[in-house]
Formats: sequence, C-alpha cells, structure tokens
Amino acid sequence: MENHVESSAFDIAWKNRNVSIGLSVLLIIIVLALIGPIFTKDPFSLSPMSRLKPPGDFGLFGTDQLGRDVFSRVVNGGRISLTVGLSVAVFAILVGTILGLIAGYVRALDSIIMRVMDGLMAIPAILLAIAMISLSGASLATVIAAIVIPEVPRVVRLVRSVVLTVREEPYVEAAISVGTPVHLIMHRHILPNTIAALIVQATYICGSAMLTEAILGFLGAGIPPEIPSWGNIMSEGRTFFQLTPWIIFFPGIALAVTVLSVNIVGDGLRDTLDPRIARSLK
Amino acid sequence: MFVYTIKRALMTIPVILVVALFVFLLLRLSPGDPAAVIAGDYATAEDVARIREKLGLSEPIVVQFASWVGALLQGDFGTSIFSSKPVTELIKQRLEPTLLLASCTIIFSVIVAVPLGTIAAFKAGSWTDRTVMLFSVGGFSVPVFVLGYILIYVFSMNLRILPVQGYKSPFEFGMIPFLRHMILPTLTLSVIYIALLARMTRASVIEVLEEDYIRTARAKGLSETKILMRHALRNAAVPIVTVIGLGIALLIGGVVVTESVYNIPGLGRLVLDAVLARDYPIIQGLILFFSLVYVLLNLLIDLAYTFFDPRIKY
Amino acid sequence: MRHWNIKTITRASCLAASLAIGAAVPVYAEKVMNVIPHADLKNLDPIWTTAYISRNHGYMIYDTLFAMDDSFSPQPQMVDTWSTSEDGLTWTFVLRDGLKFHDGASVTGEDVVASLQRWGKRDGMGQQLFKVITSLEASSANTVTMKLSQPYGLVLESIGKISSNVPFIMPKRVAETDAFEQITDYTGSGPFKFESDQWVPGSKVVYTKFDGYVPRSEPASAASGGKKALVDKIVWQYFPDNTTAMNALMAGEIDYFESPAPDLAPLLAADPNITVEVNDPLGNIGFARFNHLLPPFDDVEVRRAAMMAMKQEDYLAAAIGDPQFWKTCYSVFPCGTPLANDVGSDIMATGSIDAAKAALAKTDYDGTPVLIMQPTDVPVLSAFSLVTAEKLRNAGFEVNVEAMDWSTLTSRRALRDPVGEGGWNMFHTWWIGADVIDPMAIAFSGDPDAGWFGWPTDAELEEARGQFSKATSLEEKQEIGRKVQERLWAIGASGELGQFFTPVAYRNNVKGLIKSPVQFFWNMSVE
Repeated sequence: MENHVESSAFDIAWKNRNVSIGLSVLLIIIVLALIGPIFTKDPFSLSPMSRLKPPGDFGLFGTDQLGRDVFSRVVNGGRISLTVGLSVAVFAILVGTILGLIAGYVRALDSIIMRVMDGLMAIPAILLAIAMISLSGASLATVIAAIVIPEVPRVVRLVRSVVLTVREEPYVEAAISVGTPVHLIMHRHILPNTIAALIVQATYICGSAMLTEAILGFLGAGIPPEIPSWGNIMSEGRTFFQLTPWIIFFPGIALAVTVLSVNIVGDGLRDTLDPRIARSLK
Repeated sequence: MFVYTIKRALMTIPVILVVALFVFLLLRLSPGDPAAVIAGDYATAEDVARIREKLGLSEPIVVQFASWVGALLQGDFGTSIFSSKPVTELIKQRLEPTLLLASCTIIFSVIVAVPLGTIAAFKAGSWTDRTVMLFSVGGFSVPVFVLGYILIYVFSMNLRILPVQGYKSPFEFGMIPFLRHMILPTLTLSVIYIALLARMTRASVIEVLEEDYIRTARAKGLSETKILMRHALRNAAVPIVTVIGLGIALLIGGVVVTESVYNIPGLGRLVLDAVLARDYPIIQGLILFFSLVYVLLNLLIDLAYTFFDPRIKY
Repeated sequence: MRHWNIKTITRASCLAASLAIGAAVPVYAEKVMNVIPHADLKNLDPIWTTAYISRNHGYMIYDTLFAMDDSFSPQPQMVDTWSTSEDGLTWTFVLRDGLKFHDGASVTGEDVVASLQRWGKRDGMGQQLFKVITSLEASSANTVTMKLSQPYGLVLESIGKISSNVPFIMPKRVAETDAFEQITDYTGSGPFKFESDQWVPGSKVVYTKFDGYVPRSEPASAASGGKKALVDKIVWQYFPDNTTAMNALMAGEIDYFESPAPDLAPLLAADPNITVEVNDPLGNIGFARFNHLLPPFDDVEVRRAAMMAMKQEDYLAAAIGDPQFWKTCYSVFPCGTPLANDVGSDIMATGSIDAAKAALAKTDYDGTPVLIMQPTDVPVLSAFSLVTAEKLRNAGFEVNVEAMDWSTLTSRRALRDPVGEGGWNMFHTWWIGADVIDPMAIAFSGDPDAGWFGWPTDAELEEARGQFSKATSLEEKQEIGRKVQERLWAIGASGELGQFFTPVAYRNNVKGLIKSPVQFFWNMSVE
C-alpha cells in the first residue's frame, strides 16, 4: 500500500515543472561528467610553456598556471563534485537514519544520542570540516567524512521525530504488543513514513555538500589539490583572478548551475510530496 | 517560568561538554605533531621531547583533558603556540570586526528578507513569488567567495566606488569609512542568509495565513495590510526568529570565507590561520568560543519566546 | 533655563576650543609606511625560529655585531674596532659608543655574550663556532673577548651572517631565556621599536622609529652601514590573498608589497604609479632533495639518472612563469657569487628525458615507487613536485605523489623510516641564495648524522667542507668550493632547479630601497 503511495507521489513529482527541468539539467551534467573525460585532454598533463592562456587556441576554457587544460579539468572536476555530493548525501542519510531510529526506538540511548547531536550542531559546519580535514590529512575520503558529520544531526532529528510519532499509532502499538520483531516494524511502518522526507533532505544535503567542498578547496583545506575538483580549480585560480578570471568563472558557473538544479529538484519534490512532510522540512 | 529558565540553561551544559570533548579529541587524535613543528629544522629528538613535555603532550590523554577543562573553567583558553599570546587576548583583539560584520549582515538580511518573504507568501504562486523563490534558491547555490570576487571586480576594480579590502574601526576612523569598508563584505555574506530567511518567512506566513483566525479576520472585512501586520507577521515571528538563531552557525562559516576574501582581521581569519598552522590552542579555543556563542544565543532566543509569545507555555 | 544655558555655553566653548586646537595643530604629519610582508609574523623570536619573516622582524628591532655588505663580506655594525691575536685564537671586539636598547639602557659586553650563547644553541653555524670557542667573556663594559681552541676562518662570517638564524643582540635578561622557549620581552637596540600592544597576530605589526638609535656614518650596503629610520611608523599588514594585496597596492592603501606572485608583475607594472623590480640579486635556489637512505635513491646512479631528467627551464616556467624572474644555474653556489663554478655541472645541465631513461636502464632500478611529498600550500614547491613527478614517470620511474601541507612536510621529512612507515623519497624546497653561498651551508652536508634531511654520506665531501673554515684567501676558498661541488654532483646529493627571483612592488613615492637578499626597511622613505 505504501509502495503505491510512493510511486504515485513520484509520478506527481515528475509532472512538477521544477522537478522535470532540474532533473533534465542534472542529467545532462551527469552524462557530461561521466563520458566527457573520455574525449577531453589529460587534465594532469603539464605544459609549462603555454601557461595562463585565454580560452581559444589552447583549449575551450584556456589553460591554468601549469599549462593544464581548464576545460578537461572542469569536466573531470564534475565527477569529483558529483561524487562528493552524492556520497555525502548517501552517508549522511544512512548514518542519520540509523542513529535516528535507535534514538527514537531505544529510550535508554535517546538522550545520549541527542545530546551528542546537539553538541555537533553547535559547532559551525565549515569550521568543523576544515579542522577535521587539515588535522587528519586531506583526502577525498576525509573530506567526505568531514562534510557528512555536521549534516548528520538534522537527519537524526527528522527520523527520530517520525519514529516517535509513528510509535504512538494504534496499529504500531498493536504490532509491538504481539511481538513483531523490531526490524519488521521498522521495515513495515517506520521507514515508509520517512522515506519521502529523507529523499527531499538528501537533495538539499547533496547541494550543500558540493558547495562546502568548493569552499574548503578555496580555503586551502579541501581535497588534495592535485585532484581537479571544482573547488580546487577555483582555489588555484585565485592568485590569477584578475589576470585570468576564466579559471574561476568556468568552474564557478558549472558549480552554481549544478547546485541550483539539485536545489530546484529538492524544492519541487518537497512541494509535491505529502504536505505534512513539506511542513517538517521547510 | 523561572524553573523553565533554569532548566533550559542547565540543558546547555551537556551540549557544551560534548563540544569540548569533541574538540579536544579531534585535535589530540590527529596525526600532526605540534612539538616537531615548533622545534624546527635543526632540532634533535631530545629537543622535540622537551617541547612535548613542556606542552603537556606527553601526559596521558585523560590527564590532558582534565587539566584543559580545569583551565577553561578558570577562563584560561590556553596560549597560542606560535605567537605566545593568550587565546582570550587574541579573541578580544579580533572580536570587534567579526561582531560588527555579523551584526550588519543580520540587520541587513532581516530588512531585506522579511518583507520579501512576506510579499512572496501573500502573493503565493504569482511571478513575484516565483522570482523571490528563485533568488532564494540561487542564494543557496552560489559559492560565497565567487560572489565576493564578482562584487570586488565590479564595484572596486571597475567602478572604483568602494574599497577593495580591509576594515576600519568605527571607533577609530568614524562611521563613514567603517560603512564604506563594510558594504561589500555585508552584501557577500548576506546573500545566503537572506535566501534562508526569505524562505522561512514565506513558509511561516503562508502557514499562518491558512489559520482559521485569519479567515475570520478576512470575513470581518479587515484590510489585507492590517491582517498582515496584526496577525500574520506577529504569529510568524517565532519561527523567523528561530531561524535567525539557527542561521548563526551558517553565518560563522561564511565569516571565515568573507574575512579571507576582504582581508578583515576578524575571528574567521584567526581560526583559518590557526588551522593551517596547526596552532592547537587557538583552534580549540575558537571552536569552543563559536559554539558557546551559538548555544547562548539560541538559549536567549528560546527564553525570549516565553516572554513574548503568550501561546508558548511551559 | 539656566541649566540649558550652561549646557549651550559648554558646548560652544568646547567647539571653539576644538577649532582652536585644530588650527594650532602643526603641519607636521606623521610619516607612515604601509607594507605587505611576504608572510604573517607568527612569532617574535628570531633565534627560536628560522622563519624568514621572524628574521626580518629581527632586523627591524635588533642590531648585530657584524653585518654583510653587498659583496657578502662582513663589516662591523655594532662593533667599533676589533683585533685578533697572532695565533688567531683570541678575538677582541670593542662596541661602538652610544648603543642603546629601547628601554634606554646601554648595550654592554654582557648582553653580547648572553645573546651569542643563546644563538649558538640554535643556529647551525653558531653550533660550529661554539665547538671551537673555549671562552666568551665581557672583559669590560664595552669589550668582548672570544678565545678559540683552534684557528677558525669563519668567525666574522658566523657572527655577521645575514640570514636565519641571525645573531641579533638582545638585552642579557632576554637572552638568558632558554633557547627552546620563546622570548617574551621585545626590547632591542635596532632602528625601530616593536609596539607590542598594537600587534595583532595574523594581521598587523606596528613599528615606530627609535629616536635613540645612532647609525654608523658609512652608507648603507646590504645589512651593513648606517641604518637610518626615515619614517615615523612602519605598519606590516599581512594579506593572505595575493589578488586582494595587489588591489590594495593599486588603490594606494598600501605603499610596499614585498612578494607579489611573479605572475601579477605585468599587471602591477602596467600601473604608472607602481614600480616592480627585483631587489634580491641572489634570488632563491630550487632544490629537489633525494632521501639517500631509502631505495631507489640509495643508489647513486639512480639519483644521477633522475637528475638528468630535471630540465630547469620546465621547473622555472611552471613555478615562476615570466622568464624575466628566473634563470638557469648549474652551479651549486648561486650564479653570480664568488664561489660559483661549473665543475661537474654537465649532469645537471643534461635536461633530457631520453638521457635519463638510458641512464636509468643501466642501473638496477627495480620499479620501487618514488614517494614525492608535495606541499600544496606553497605554490612554487607544489609546481616543482608535479613537474618532477611527470619527468620521472616519463623517464621510467614509478612515482607516487603525496599531497600535504608544508608544516606536515617539515615534520615528516625528519623521519628516516621506510616509506610505508612515514618515510619519503623526495621533497622540494628552496634556499635563499645567501644561505647556500659557501660550502658551510647545511644544504651541502655529507654527514648523515649532523646533516640536512636526505642524509647523504660522503667523507670526501665532509673533509673538503672542514677545510673551508680554515681557508683564508679567496683563491683557497674557491678551490675548496670547486671540490665540494664536484663531490655534490658526483654523489647526486640533490637536483638543483635553477635560480628565481621574487619581485617587489611599490608605489613610486617609496624611495631608498636597499639591494639585498633580505628585506630591510631602514633608509626607506615615503614622500
């Protein structure tokens, strides 16, 4: 029954103009990022003698300070940024959901988990991330972890509140009293009630994770600079901003368009899904 | 009421403890060795060991935590490894620019975002609404520093009407130089905050507008302006103020970037420099300080409700 | 009513008074020079740290016994006269009259003794000197006597050394601070005073003119000669962002920008109000350092094969850009200095991937990956690392690049462990020319116990270096220099990546720059 509600919700969602436009743009970007690198030049190949060249003869987007091709770096950077965005969204939702289910279901652990979450929420996300990354060494994995951690508390709160509401429903109480195993209760009653809200939340997390990655790269505390993520390309172009603004503008535009489409999809999903969810997410 | 205040204040203690523990472990368990950094290029292993001893790094981790918390309770946030200045003094030196930048941003954002959100809510579905919402989504999608560079490029380099960088204290240089230096950083930092607030305001006002008493008011023939001012905004105020409080964390993140782009000698720059130089005591002190500010502000906001909103009873 | 009157009167008289004062203010305006230094001044003890920015701070507020002139020979600075006994074992230094610390106290022999002793515990050259010193005493208020166990050719070069750590003279009470703890009292005797309550670490340092400083009468020449404070106040403002710094200079908010990125030079030079020039005649020397203890670079032929691939032009173009700011140099001593020569340089001048490939094929290289530490927060070194990685790969090496920040690199390069346990095979750095001007430089050491990271072992090299301290004539020194260079190339100690120069940029109203490898601010004025 829940499955039926879901699929029809997504049918409606797809009919929402925001969702369809956003998803289409996103799809184009994903395809470009996936197959683009096959056709572009090697993004790592140095040519010191043709450095900082404007867009044109030396490549569609020009070259950077080591003579590398900015276009192929931006296309390859798409893979990194999307990887960061998707992985952060998946891990934050996964960890947050597990912790939220435990907090909502196991009374004894509730207050401990929630106090830790309150503490995490009190630390500004960017600060936490730059401290974690620069202290534990920069790598794609640490950057993802550092962005995931501050996102977790919001997911935990969301899931926990759903669990607490659902628990009170008569049919759930009945299920518990007849001794239905916990995992079945979770599977049948609790997860279906959270899944739509979680998907919406995931899109927002995905968008903000890509931005955070860029900011971390810009501050010099992100993914190792030899990996051409959009943040890193912009960070390296920082010194030459006035000389060669394209090194910042092209990845900047790519990033803004991607995050914008993700957020528009998120808004569209939220508006078309259950209004109760909409209220809890605003 | 009094009991609630006490209870709510006590609730912040575990939060702060969690933050303290987290910050402490984060730094102690990381691989970099501050003693080796301090000792420099020509130091022998004994020198490094001596410095470790001196910094208390060779004690068991529990002892280190206890002595750190003990010192914190006496207001001692430690001493910077590199500049040998007390962290509290460094914070005091840098507080003014950050505080003023944050205040300007909050004031400006509220002035812009609340009317925008309200209008959007009132005309929900119209093109005005869509424009506001698009701007708001856009605000969430542009990296702060790209925006900063664009503003510098346009206003400082091409039009040459605003200074490129720096901070002029209003107490030392007067109001005009201060404001001139604040305009671009405030604009840069406000965008994401305006986006957040406008969204929240719109959602809250729409929700209030659906309530029965608004329908009653409309039925009674009250003018739309009166409905808006008397009922809708007043009732939407609580969630809006809550978001201002929760947004402080977002603001602090933005401050780090904005201060770096505009070369403002504030706390954001201090923490970034400290992280890059691995100056442990400053990092610990500042993360803790920012968290305290966040927790206390939100405590104040919560308590304020109980005074201002008659519907909230505890 | 009356109250109102008084208030008005008070206001009026205040206004009148302030107008009067306003009119009476002398035309004299405080002269301030706003400077963007090359780095943030993080600590204030130039003996405790080798950071160049702390050294520059030292030159602002301290004075030295001897100082290098622009031909790199030591000249007396605080010292008035000095003498050496015939056997070369006893040195006597007499201080100039009128030397005063910022607190008004006179500089005495005791201050000098304590300062040199503290420096001798931290500085490499100081440690060498103190090995032969048997006693160092203040024989009178203004005289210091140094007794040696054997003749030592570098006494004046050591106490007059121009770069880190410079033996600055501090008051005795300050110099008695443990050499591994930072000083907290910033009293010096130099031409400027440090304003400690105006110091904002990470942002601003303020120096004011010290009226009690008596400059020497000789014209300024590098660190030597008369140091005249020609402005009342110098403010160092640190800018983490090069673009912002450049804009501030162009907007006139800043007078002097110590180290703009060379790529920005054309933009800055296009501004008619701004001069861009190279102020340091020696520049910096790029180094690709091998770890001689670990495979594959424990084999001299493998190291030499790698060196053949290192084409200096590619490194310099990638890291620096504009050719007016770099030149190739195949001498281990900076080109343009007395000891520069071309013995054995062919290996470094090869610059050919094919030659490197052929040479590598003749060795027993078994494909052991080379771990290069890349300091990503230092753009020049980051670029060097990437160029090396690409060249070595093309020459047939397996290469892993590990990104880290400079401070991690500095702690990791001290590890002699195998690669899997924190060790490393290569890192890149640069020395300022003045630091590698003679064989005494630690960069040229062949003693793995006392030497620099990378730990080459070569007894012949060490012997030649040992002779240098006893050499007295230039010819003798040059002969030893050739020998040292021959050994360094023969054992493939490090790859040398050429000479590069960082320009300075300043507004045209700034006058009086001193040509020197170290940035000095005396004799500079703003008009």
